[in-house]
Amino acid sequence: MTEVKSPEVPAPPAAVPAELTGGRVSRLRPYLPLLVLVVAVILPYSTLHLPGIFEGALNSPGTLQLLAVCLVFGGLAAGYDLLFGRTGMLSFGHALYFAAGVYGTDILITRAGLPLWQAAPLAIVGGTILAGLIGAVALRTVGIAFAMVTLAFAQVGAILVARDFGGLTGGEEGLPLDVSGLPAGLVGVANTVNLYWLALAYLVVVVLVVHRVSGSPTGRVLAGLRDDERRIGVLGLDPYRFKLVAFTLAGGLAAAGGVVYCLIVGGASPHITSSELTLSLLVMVVLGGPGTRWGPVLGGILYMYLDHRLVSFGSSGAVEALPAFLSRPLSEPLFVLGTVFILAVYFFPGGLASLAPRLALLRDALRPGRRRED
Amino acid sequence: MDAIILLTLTGLGLAALYFLVASGLSLVFGLADVLNFAHGLFLGVGAYATWWAAGNLPGAGADGLGFVVAVAFGVAAGTLMAVLVELVLIRPLYSRTIEQVLVTVGLSLAGVALLQATWGADARPFPRPEWTRQVTTILGAQVPNGGLLLIIAAVLVLAAILAFLQWTRYGLIIRAGVENREMVTALGIDVRKAFTLVFAIGGAAAALAGALGSVYFGTVSPQQGGSLLIFAFIVVVIGGMGSVVGSAYAAVAVGLLQQFVNYYGTSGLGDICVVALLAVVLLLRPQGIAGKAAIA
Repeated sequence: MTEVKSPEVPAPPAAVPAELTGGRVSRLRPYLPLLVLVVAVILPYSTLHLPGIFEGALNSPGTLQLLAVCLVFGGLAAGYDLLFGRTGMLSFGHALYFAAGVYGTDILITRAGLPLWQAAPLAIVGGTILAGLIGAVALRTVGIAFAMVTLAFAQVGAILVARDFGGLTGGEEGLPLDVSGLPAGLVGVANTVNLYWLALAYLVVVVLVVHRVSGSPTGRVLAGLRDDERRIGVLGLDPYRFKLVAFTLAGGLAAAGGVVYCLIVGGASPHITSSELTLSLLVMVVLGGPGTRWGPVLGGILYMYLDHRLVSFGSSGAVEALPAFLSRPLSEPLFVLGTVFILAVYFFPGGLASLAPRLALLRDALRPGRRRED
Repeated sequence: MDAIILLTLTGLGLAALYFLVASGLSLVFGLADVLNFAHGLFLGVGAYATWWAAGNLPGAGADGLGFVVAVAFGVAAGTLMAVLVELVLIRPLYSRTIEQVLVTVGLSLAGVALLQATWGADARPFPRPEWTRQVTTILGAQVPNGGLLLIIAAVLVLAAILAFLQWTRYGLIIRAGVENREMVTALGIDVRKAFTLVFAIGGAAAALAGALGSVYFGTVSPQQGGSLLIFAFIVVVIGGMGSVVGSAYAAVAVGLLQQFVNYYGTSGLGDICVVALLAVVLLLRPQGIAGKAAIA
């Protein structure tokens, strides 16, 4: 059995004094996330048209729903990064806990007739307990075997959903959400904006939780596990327990994302249980930059956006005009994303998050005059 | 009684399919530590190349000798694909396990999407010889010939791989490499050539599984490889990574378990039993049935 080495995370660039980087912009940097959040909150009030980027105006329901899905996946990727980027665990079964949230909410509301305020916490608690139980078994293995076991358990979930045991899940057709018992503010096309804010709130919660955990003493132990598990053991800490905590927490966050996703999409379909969803989470995190603060969030948002938009890009006139051997692959979003992903593994190992420092280096190299001034 | 013989033989057919996919995966993992998610793609390439050759390649066809030519073409295409993947994509990343997994994940996503873009997402009817559609009566049970073909092919492949590992110089290097790669390298032998060879063997076996599996199912679709791959992974883990014989035992156990439980229990229960078997094996014997050795 080989040990899985943690992904090489580039060290954060040393802090550059403000007077060297030219003042005001860098002093604003700490407030940048807050600024982005404010823009994201007031975004639905804008009627701006961005032709080519979104189909309708910014506040049209279609655009808001796409943005809400992107935000949920940004949060999911950040939660998955707690496992992959920050603890060094390669789980191939993360879709299971997301699906537990989606199907849990859907079944409790549609089949059991519970109100949302009961169904949502139950689904989240259920998903968390499921993650805890499976983690307790799977974490007895390490490395690639751990990846296999989580993959196998997630496969059981996919089979259970697809075969429709007990007539609960609706099988291959999925289960549309019964909206009659939901709060009025979450139902209907006109209220998509509320779902958008809900998704944004979910993303903010996940980011805060992940930051809080990774900044805490527990987070430092997790980073230690990623870098050298044996050493943590030698220090007298139990790696199993800490990994189980991270695994359960990430599972709970994914289940919460499932609840929000279920409300946005208005139901559940079996494709969310597939191992492909976990693989795409992995792609999001690696594209964004594992173990970084904003990388996974950006990666998740960008991946879902491209996944949706590349379909219409592929059927647009510019691509149709290309010869068939080019236009057909380009109309498959997964082909484009998979290729970008492979290139990213080779040429941008730190993902999007490492792009800024790299570009800064390049810029400095191209402007020798400025460096001499400093 | 008939039912039991039929289930045993169809279960063995399934086991043969799993073994063809898992043997290559197991060798690649045992020797090179590469968890190859793109293995399902080799299977898809083999199946589609056979399908294409049967319709377009001169001399190949859906029957008789033409079918053999078509399958040979499919296996050659799968082997070529595997060698190219190893040389171009995997080789620059050796000893970086996670990156290798990531690249094969990306490759499986992009490759399946490419198959889908070229030949459509729907399953297509597969050209197959007339006799594979018929059944043979064995001890009163009517067994489909396609399944028997798979079993025979898997036994031949198992024998060929074992003979290769046992009696050739490269087989010796592979066996030694699985056991202790550093030592083989320290003795001045270039293990990387063996990596390429193992990828080629795995690609050929997977492509054969793709072609013969499509004969068995009667259709070919881009997603075929992905669903088989998960069970092949389970077979590899149960059998012990790096052990061809362990993969064979595990494939038989998984195939029979799945077939019998799916027949006597609810449909889908067999798949779940297989995962339960995996959990039990991992908890009791984490290194798998055979441990890490190229020969049991």
